[in-house]
Amino acid sequence: MNTSNQTLNDVLAPPKPSFGGVLKQRLFNTPLDAVITIVCAGLLFYLLYNVIDWAFLSSIWKAEDEPLCRDATGACWSVIDARHRIIMFGLFPFEEHWRSTVACVVMILTIVLSCVPWFWSAVRLGLLWILGFGTFYILMHGGIFGLTEITPERWGGLALTLFIFAAVSIIGMPLSVILALGRRSKLPVIAKMVGLFIDFFRSLPLLTILFTAAVITPFLLPGWLQGDKLYRVIVGFAIFFACYQAENIRAGLQAIPPGQDEAGLTLGLSYWQRVGRIQLPQAFRNSLPAIVNQFVITFKETSIVTIVGFFEILASGSAAFGTGQWTAHYIEVYVFIGLIYFIFVFSLSRYGAYLERKLRVGHG
Amino acid sequence: MGNILRNQKFRGILFQAVALSVVAVVLIGMVMNTKASLDAQGLTAGFNFLDRSTGWDFSFSVLPYEISDTYTRVILIGVLNTLLLGFLGLLLATILGIIIGLIRTSKNYLFSLLGTIYVEVFRNVPLILQAIFWYAILTNLPRPRQALNFADSIFLSGRGLYFPVLNIPLWSFALMVAMCIAWLITLGWLRHKMDASLAYHRLKKMGWIALIIAIVVIGYLARIPETTLFDIPALKGLNFRGGMRMPPELTALVVAIALYGGAYIGEVIRAGLMAVPKGQIEAAYVNGLSNFQIFWHIRMPLAIRAVLPSLTNQYVQLMKATTIGIVVGFSDLFMIISTSINQSGQTLELLAILMACFLAINLSIAFVMNTINQKIALKGYEVKS
Repeated sequence: MNTSNQTLNDVLAPPKPSFGGVLKQRLFNTPLDAVITIVCAGLLFYLLYNVIDWAFLSSIWKAEDEPLCRDATGACWSVIDARHRIIMFGLFPFEEHWRSTVACVVMILTIVLSCVPWFWSAVRLGLLWILGFGTFYILMHGGIFGLTEITPERWGGLALTLFIFAAVSIIGMPLSVILALGRRSKLPVIAKMVGLFIDFFRSLPLLTILFTAAVITPFLLPGWLQGDKLYRVIVGFAIFFACYQAENIRAGLQAIPPGQDEAGLTLGLSYWQRVGRIQLPQAFRNSLPAIVNQFVITFKETSIVTIVGFFEILASGSAAFGTGQWTAHYIEVYVFIGLIYFIFVFSLSRYGAYLERKLRVGHG
Repeated sequence: MGNILRNQKFRGILFQAVALSVVAVVLIGMVMNTKASLDAQGLTAGFNFLDRSTGWDFSFSVLPYEISDTYTRVILIGVLNTLLLGFLGLLLATILGIIIGLIRTSKNYLFSLLGTIYVEVFRNVPLILQAIFWYAILTNLPRPRQALNFADSIFLSGRGLYFPVLNIPLWSFALMVAMCIAWLITLGWLRHKMDASLAYHRLKKMGWIALIIAIVVIGYLARIPETTLFDIPALKGLNFRGGMRMPPELTALVVAIALYGGAYIGEVIRAGLMAVPKGQIEAAYVNGLSNFQIFWHIRMPLAIRAVLPSLTNQYVQLMKATTIGIVVGFSDLFMIISTSINQSGQTLELLAILMACFLAINLSIAFVMNTINQKIALKGYEVKS
């Protein structure tokens, strides 16, 4: 009895299309489709060939080969070979570059580890970031453990980009939770005030806020509260980030059925118990893709601080080809920086898309 | 006393009162501090400086201007420059986004792969880097003598993009645009009043013909005398004469915003097209509609309704992103305001103007889009995006 252990579903399941069949259906379904396929294949091949030719086949790699670049038809990666330290480290003292490198590795590791679900509790995530950010700061700033002190004015390149991103996240995330809870507060004055605060910051371009933080807050705040320009900009950026993130979290909070909170109330749980144990865990789960997406946007937006005068990776890149012999090779430098951003942003956004798929399956 | 503190209502009121007074104290502290620092610098607060002449130059202006112009006029120019940049950028981004959205929803693997590559490349690199990149490319183009030449009428060189324009004064062009907008609004109102009746369609056709005739007549009557119909740029000596010049700053920003925004809007459009229920398409197919008819009468109208809210959001975001113009030296509103702050020292007033302008622009976009959204919403039917 061959069919005895087959279920009804197996019998009724449609036949699996063959590989060739799928190929035919998705590429050569109609004559027009075939034409489009052939044109696209040609275009893709042309693009790919040109990019590979430019970047690898006809390119020059060593710094000392710079004279060859004038006749080369491909990329002149010599500029990266010669100037990569400026691009990656900015004005950081040359002998201390290893500190900046290790700090960047630590920070990237912290970011990667935060993506692992095992770390998703307030305590573990908190510890991870205190440890990661602390190590990063000690390595960059020095002053203890026999490391020479290097003030933030001399930080630059990738390390500064990562520092701004991490600091904005650390300040912004708790703030966003407070803002989201505040906006949903049952006390009308609090809810109105927080709502006004969020809407005000969300209606402004980030650049305006960074500019205000850098240039104008010295007018508004007394001297003892001003702090360094870098920290003012980070706080402004974090407030902006928190206002957007708060709306994501609020959306997650609103998606929770009211019965959940009422059940907690009936059991005699206090406000903070209900928020911490019932509402927030579910809200984060509900809006995780949107939250990750906000981090993706924020990473890209760190490039805007270059306008208010910081030497992060975009500005240090522009400085890299600013001198004499390298001026003609701006494309290579921009492509290099673009690739660095792309790697971070693309992997983060792929991770967000993965989470979205996974969570959707979880909900059935 | 202890009883009162345990009272939830009382605690709520107390907490709110404390929060309110903290905010009030912070705000008053800021005002006092600002006044102190203004006094220390010998500056007077107020908007009187707006009538003073600026005395500094900037790179690009929609309106004619002189160095002796007042702050009011210079700020107005900044607003218009931002609006021009936003209009061109958003228009091109929308067109590109629709194309990309269609490509990405194609059943053809390779075709949609091309769309995916485009979206991933342009969405994952910061806009500001893209703007700087295009600006560097554009300013490193050959000089006017070796300009890239398209059909002897459009030229692209290191000095910018030159293209032909109609030889008509600005006011008549403005009149034409106003007439078009007026007609579109009338059309919407007529549609609302008359539904899609036969009379409506007749009126619509006649209206279009009348509009085209009116535009041609105005263009002919108002053209600058003793000139050709088109003002075509031509190389005279070392530079181009005639035509319209789009400086590299503006071109780079428009290209960057169009490509970056196109990737985002493409995703929005794709989501909208995917949100159209499959049953609708299948029903249309069963009824014997052609592929084009299915797209034009079923998929697109439903998709437009599904995407409008997220499209509004994208437009507002892109409009805010235009402030990065300062990195390539384009004199948009932000650059004008920050230069004004440097020159006049009237920091808070100028910042308030900047914020008010952006609030007004963003609210207008949201208002227009929401009005369209309400007008075209299908009664009793909802597509979720």
